[in-house]
Amino acid sequence: MLSSPIAINIFRFILLVLTQVLIFNQLNFFGFINPMVYVLFFYWYPVRNNRPLFLLVSFFLGFMIDLFSDTMALHAIAAITLAYARPVLMRFCFGANYDFQGFTFKSTTRLQRITLLLLLVLLQHVVFFTLEILSFSHILLILKKILFTGIATLVLCVLLSSLFAMEMD
Amino acid sequence: MQRIINFILEYRNAFLYVVLTLISLIITVNSHSYHQSKYFNSAKWLTGSIYNVSNGIRSYFALRQENELLHQENEQLRLALFNLETSVSADTSDGTAKYTVTKAQVIKNSYATPRNYITIDKGSKDGITQDMGVITPLGILGIVENTSASYATVQSVLNTKSNINAKIKNTDHFGSLIWDAKRYNVVQLVDIPRSASLNVGDTITTGAMSSIFPENIPIGVIREYTLNQNQSSYTIAVSLFNDMTNIKNTYVVKNKDREEILELQKKTADVE
Repeated sequence: MLSSPIAINIFRFILLVLTQVLIFNQLNFFGFINPMVYVLFFYWYPVRNNRPLFLLVSFFLGFMIDLFSDTMALHAIAAITLAYARPVLMRFCFGANYDFQGFTFKSTTRLQRITLLLLLVLLQHVVFFTLEILSFSHILLILKKILFTGIATLVLCVLLSSLFAMEMD
Repeated sequence: MQRIINFILEYRNAFLYVVLTLISLIITVNSHSYHQSKYFNSAKWLTGSIYNVSNGIRSYFALRQENELLHQENEQLRLALFNLETSVSADTSDGTAKYTVTKAQVIKNSYATPRNYITIDKGSKDGITQDMGVITPLGILGIVENTSASYATVQSVLNTKSNINAKIKNTDHFGSLIWDAKRYNVVQLVDIPRSASLNVGDTITTGAMSSIFPENIPIGVIREYTLNQNQSSYTIAVSLFNDMTNIKNTYVVKNKDREEILELQKKTADVE
């Protein structure tokens, strides 16, 4: 049943939303660190995809998390920004390989994949926390949150992505 | 025309991105400046039920501790009751009570963002409406913002939009309680006039100006205070009595006279 890519992605979608809101949003490590592991969705989503659909699915993913965490549409903005920027980030990380038709995740090095995750996490956190606080007088607070939450998210994402390493296409 | 359509089709992803961002920004900015969105919040059926199930599992692990806290609160209430000079009847059905209290459990708490909302497991079915006060045995928690049939979201005192009337205990110097989003155990009390005498450790309670909370509900103690820039009033940092990271049992307070007060205030304002 779980063999078709659509089923896998729907399953992953639901699981990531639930993990995010029921576990990681309630973590409050050191009082403020809530890693945003749903960034993994953008790492795991098939490389060759229907882009408008990807954008809509990302919007929906972000919006579901927003509904649960009462953050209006902040996760939604961060999520569609990630979805929109993903091809650029991938080309930056994987270089010319990315443009070949037969490109798969298997042909990339571990370092390249971690760099991709790092950039995704960084972009997501910058967009999210800037809009969340939306005040220049709190710039230090924004930077602090980006830095510490970012590190926590990255570590968790690297761990989870190697734990659930799967066939990428 | 053909060229415009071609242009849009060619850049359809960018267009889609811009449209989705605009929708999100409108939702976000609307609620930045005004109330939390009425349609998109965690009091809704889907989110509320999922949180309720998760809370059902989670709460088993803290039963003993919660029991102890409730027992302690009972002890305090008994103490206050036995030392009251006039006897009170526990019967509130004759309609003379000014406030009604409904118990509720927190099913989702948050304190790490600048705008924190708490979700509780009572809703319009149980008589909860917007702008009711929510307190815990230790002090105030927030104000009900949105309700669905069985759940409600509460705007926590740890919310940059929160603004609650508060005063220094046993005086009538009142000000507004706000939050600067920096620490989850410290809120700020502003607009206390310079003539007030303050000491670190003084208790801050809710004021009489609010038609939401009863007067003299504890909030916290003064941690430090400074004069503001034009030297006319104090800005006070208040340590909360509540541990905002660990909240389970709450009470929703309804002021039965609120509508009357608001109506009267509106009439007075209209005359001017």
